[in-house]
Amino acid sequence: MKLITRITIIFISLFTLSAQAALDIVITEGVDTARPVAIVPFQWQGTGPAPSNISQVVAADLRRSGRFSPIAAFSMPAQPSVATEVEYDKWAELGVEAILVGTIKPYPGGRFVVGFELIDVVRGQLSGPKAKMLSDGNLVASNAHILDSRETVITAQEFRQYGHRISDIVYEKLTGDRGAFRTKIAYVLVNAKNKYTHRLMIADYDGQNEIEILRSKEPLMSPSWSPDGTKLAYASFENQRQQIFIQDIYTQKRTKVSAFRGINSAPRWSHDGKKLALVLSKDGNPDIYILDVATKQLIRATRNRAIDTEPSWSLDDNSLVFTSERGGKPQIYRVNLISGKINRLTFDGEMNLGGSITPNNEQLVLVNRTRGKYHIAKQNLKTGNLQVLTKTRLDESPSIAPNGSMVIYGTMHRGKQVLALVSIDGRFKARLPVANGEVRAPAWSPYIY
Amino acid sequence: MRLNKIVKGMVVAAPMLILAACGSTSTTDADYQSSEQVTPTDSTVQTGSLKKAVSPEELQRLKLAALRKAHIVYFDFDTSAVSNEFAALLEGHAAYLRANPSTALVIEGHADERGTPEYNIALGERRAQAVSRYLESLGVNAGQIELVSYGEEKPLDSSRTEASFSKNRRAVLVY
Repeated sequence: MKLITRITIIFISLFTLSAQAALDIVITEGVDTARPVAIVPFQWQGTGPAPSNISQVVAADLRRSGRFSPIAAFSMPAQPSVATEVEYDKWAELGVEAILVGTIKPYPGGRFVVGFELIDVVRGQLSGPKAKMLSDGNLVASNAHILDSRETVITAQEFRQYGHRISDIVYEKLTGDRGAFRTKIAYVLVNAKNKYTHRLMIADYDGQNEIEILRSKEPLMSPSWSPDGTKLAYASFENQRQQIFIQDIYTQKRTKVSAFRGINSAPRWSHDGKKLALVLSKDGNPDIYILDVATKQLIRATRNRAIDTEPSWSLDDNSLVFTSERGGKPQIYRVNLISGKINRLTFDGEMNLGGSITPNNEQLVLVNRTRGKYHIAKQNLKTGNLQVLTKTRLDESPSIAPNGSMVIYGTMHRGKQVLALVSIDGRFKARLPVANGEVRAPAWSPYIY
Repeated sequence: MRLNKIVKGMVVAAPMLILAACGSTSTTDADYQSSEQVTPTDSTVQTGSLKKAVSPEELQRLKLAALRKAHIVYFDFDTSAVSNEFAALLEGHAAYLRANPSTALVIEGHADERGTPEYNIALGERRAQAVSRYLESLGVNAGQIELVSYGEEKPLDSSRTEASFSKNRRAVLVY
């Protein structure tokens, strides 16, 4: 009963939170496994209405990570704004592990000072706010229960961004892993009714601040971020044939980098940012090539009569995983770029496609086909164990968050192509529906800040 | 009777080259048959009518219009084998391309939405290649043909049902 109430509360607060978002995130599964935390509304210490509800941005981020379940503001026993006001027993009773409190004050020049403290409830309860510790032979107040505390001056436009910054800090302090709340996603929006049917979009990871960077009357495919987050490589059919372009997302400068006869597809940037792996069929059938972006030198990485496609770099850039039909049906292989040696990685299911390696180098995230169904799965690179992560329909194009915590992918919902999120453990699932048209080819950015 | 023969000869001779190679019925065939008609009456005189002769160029355009109507080859799931049911269709196109060696053809390869977009690009190209090889085996010059694969990016029907998938797995011949 308690669980049901909590889920209901989460749904209500989510809908009100993101009512204006182009991509509303709807959590479909997995909130019950998350850790309860309290993100207390920050106290506004100026006059007039509060300039922003920054704590809502933080709460929504943490909820969407799948690892936290921020409790609703109305079920909080109190709304302290500094650590010294916290009565730990009341929060501990609710099972809350950590509390975030903060203040917003006016600052000259129309700016604001945002201060916050992240507090460990268990430590606070054990030692109490008046606990002392020995320092240089003197007893001083212990701040071991305060996990982080900062004060920053921001402009009115920076509240949302700074909210994501606080989320990154909270996430890292509580999980030990780096947060990815200030990252972006690129994707292709398709609407056959529009004059420009295909649009390449970039939005914050939560769907906010959606910006169009290219529109075309012909298909756009496969956006891939440069590792510094300033450029996208993608395939475009604007000249009635497939070609690969690189576009600087800040200067709008576009460069055509591959326009061979036949397929020019699946560009993927190397981690050092110097090379693009891509698929060309200029020599007869699709094979993997590596293009040196600066020198334009082209090296062939695979040579096979079957289809080779979907290259993705290993973390050290010394090998590529790719999809190949050389064994009959599409499976994932790895080519060592130094020795040229190729070995097969996947064996489970009828097909495995579109593989990429997680940032911790432990898992291969891929599209698995079993009994005719396409789902996102991960395979442990050491043990070979395969785990299917999704239950949605026609899943494709998985892209991993830079901290490895989540995968964004394309899927079907009510006859429309949408984006969805799944946590890397498969426990948390969410959907990002879009009102106008279909959303394809998501690509999660690297860390930008 | 003699008049009839002359009419027939005039109309048939000029576009012979184009029509000869085409075995299938089409709208242009129907047009040319109608020019043979003579109105039979019971009176002592009979009149014959001339139908305005269509110039070779116009016939070529009509022929092209007919080819444009039957220009899609469909495929089974995850295959690129050209089914026998499209033999007549492709023979028609091959005849036209042989007769008009300066005409260029683009073969678009398409896939259904199952599988990944990149794999479907490869599959679409393979289908376009299969149709190209088929036309080449019928004597079409490879230099007239260009291939482009759109994979799953341009579905004919995006309802994602079994029926729509089979409509989307196709090669389209575009002049």
